[in-house]
Amino acid sequence: MSSPPPVALFATCFNDTMFPGTPIATTRLLERLGVQVDFPAAQTCCGQIFTNTGYADEAVPLVRAFIDVFGSYDHIVAPSGSCTGSVREQHLTLAQRSGDPGLVREVEAITPRVHELSEYLVDVLGVTDVGAYFPHRVTYHPTCHSLRMLHVGDRPLRLLRAVHSIDLVDLPEAEECCGFGGTFAMKNADVSVAMGSDKARHIRDTEAEVVVAGDNSCLAHIGGLLERQRAGVRTMHLAEVLASTQEEPA
Amino acid sequence: MKVAPQDLHQNDLPLAATSSTFIGMPKFPTMARAGLDNTVQRRNLQHATHTIRAKRAAVVHEVSDWEALRLDGAATKDQALDHLADYLVQLEDNLTAAGATVHWARNADEACRIAVDLVQATGASEVVKVKSMATQEIELNEALEAAGVSAWETDLAELIVQLGHDRPSHILVPAIHRNRSEVREIFLDEMSRVGRAAPEGLTDEPADLAEAARAHLREKFLRAKVAISGTNFAIADTGTLVVLESEGNGRMCLTLPETLISVVGIEKVLPTWDDLGTFMQLLPRSSTGERMNPYTSTWTGVTPGDGPQDVHVILLDNGRTHVLADDLGRQALRCIRCSACLNVCPVYERAGGHAYGSVYPGPIGAVLTPQLRGTSTPIDKSLPFASSLCGACFEVCPVRIDIPKLLVALRTQVVDEKRGGLPTGEAAAMKAASWVFGDHKRLVAAQQGVTASARLLKGRPTIGRLPWPASAWSDARDSPAPPRETFRQWWSRTHIDDSGASSAEGSPS
Repeated sequence: MSSPPPVALFATCFNDTMFPGTPIATTRLLERLGVQVDFPAAQTCCGQIFTNTGYADEAVPLVRAFIDVFGSYDHIVAPSGSCTGSVREQHLTLAQRSGDPGLVREVEAITPRVHELSEYLVDVLGVTDVGAYFPHRVTYHPTCHSLRMLHVGDRPLRLLRAVHSIDLVDLPEAEECCGFGGTFAMKNADVSVAMGSDKARHIRDTEAEVVVAGDNSCLAHIGGLLERQRAGVRTMHLAEVLASTQEEPA
Repeated sequence: MKVAPQDLHQNDLPLAATSSTFIGMPKFPTMARAGLDNTVQRRNLQHATHTIRAKRAAVVHEVSDWEALRLDGAATKDQALDHLADYLVQLEDNLTAAGATVHWARNADEACRIAVDLVQATGASEVVKVKSMATQEIELNEALEAAGVSAWETDLAELIVQLGHDRPSHILVPAIHRNRSEVREIFLDEMSRVGRAAPEGLTDEPADLAEAARAHLREKFLRAKVAISGTNFAIADTGTLVVLESEGNGRMCLTLPETLISVVGIEKVLPTWDDLGTFMQLLPRSSTGERMNPYTSTWTGVTPGDGPQDVHVILLDNGRTHVLADDLGRQALRCIRCSACLNVCPVYERAGGHAYGSVYPGPIGAVLTPQLRGTSTPIDKSLPFASSLCGACFEVCPVRIDIPKLLVALRTQVVDEKRGGLPTGEAAAMKAASWVFGDHKRLVAAQQGVTASARLLKGRPTIGRLPWPASAWSDARDSPAPPRETFRQWWSRTHIDDSGASSAEGSPS
């Protein structure tokens, strides 16, 4: 089997800085599947926090930088539904605001090549059984931007169902937002916590040891609530479960 | 004539004034806190929204071409909005030809004055009302009351709200925040003050409550000389107004009185009678979760000898032209007031409708109100941020209003309007963060501070309470402790050789 063309890993600024375990797991997983991974060191942030808080002028330079860093790759893979969504669904609006038709064209050209991890695995590599081993009781929370912006559908669940020895249980009201919402979590902290408390309750009702999602930002919120409750449930990114093997368990 | 956005100068177009009920309202997070603490309302809303959500999902999923219907609904509304001036003139011509009198109102004050004058000209001291968002928006009941005219709401939920001296908290189900025991108490306490009293021994069984309302309202229907309605659709090519309802109170109001006054937002226009078919499928399924609503009334001006003989239509702008002038924002005018977005919204479900400072609550209110009224007051500035951008609203909207996208655009407007003034703490932080992200070398330098703090934490997995402003996070949530090594440090250690080139370690060759 010939190896697929190299992919650029868009680690995302939040994962790079706060949750390095996720892009490390993504790298190991993709390399295990025979993919050559590049990490263009000049990458920083997709600008989502600026865009969604209303600071479009602050986000526009990051759109340009994204093109400069990733423009030459056939495939760009990010272990984040919301950062992928920001690039695919919001960069065009920002480019239009910049008034630079060249930037608009480049954004239009790159967006089909930007994939959330589960999309890349299932659609581009065509795998669902990635050879992972994870002998724990797990429930999966589909994050809003994966679900309703990118429409990843059941790809993450298909990947999880194929994990060896996993005990995967359905999460009640799974498709309801956890209440993170970026700066919403700070600006409307009370509503955010009310939403997150209900999410935490549903997670606890499953008696899972681990709650898995495709976005560490949502997981930081959900995990922060569960940890404050000393609930005894840990959060893990999908990539970390998929990277786990019998030889190197997570 | 197509009204292209460049033909309209948005800043020249008047905004709607904030009506007296909502003047001075604090920002959304403050209002939401009151809603979160109202435990009866929380349980009522949780139960009601989840019930109607499930009903809607069931009847939508049984339609095989739902997405085609949504696209058709959106396209039809866009067609009407893009040529609104033409369709409004056509509507006026056809209404006039059918014996109705058409009035134009630029704002709430004008609309109220026209309606009050029309009622007073009949000599009536009371009117019966069909549930109407437009008359709520212009606070017509208050204007009538000030003129000495009693306005009786006849929709059951509106009656509950009116008798309870309360405000609606939902577009379709205005008393959604009330449960049946509260309704029983309101009926027992209040009905006798304004008409037929509730029967002694009234229980909180829904059938008993409905019967009490029926008896109370019946005497008002039978003696009413004037009715006031809104409309769901105004058909340009026939001059027909359409009202969809569930209880038959609308049919009573629209047929029994001698005078009928309808307040119609200018965005209610549909080009043709044939267009109505699409919306008769979209609206009931999206709003009440029914395949078909129980009562649909249509009337075209005056029918001699049958029904109201004095028919008036007040076409209301009240900020709508201002919304129309925005290329992106105008899609909010497609709204057919179904409430599907409210019923799926996790923020609405918990904060309640009163937190939105407008007769239009929930996701659609968060994009419509700041466009109709502008973003100058604390509540209107805060509404675009009253969402986690989860996207559930867009998914259910029968006319495909991209509410999350509009929310982000309005957030940008709020921030842009502050630019040039004294920078807020948030603006300074955003500018600084943007500068850090502007060059990966600056990000690397900032990350060194993060990993240094990890060493200070000595391996603690999470952080507890933090000082302001981080307390907004940490009051209820622990924070992840920073790692000792960033991803890019790990990458350099494992994937870059001493010469600085990518090593082949771990990658296939």
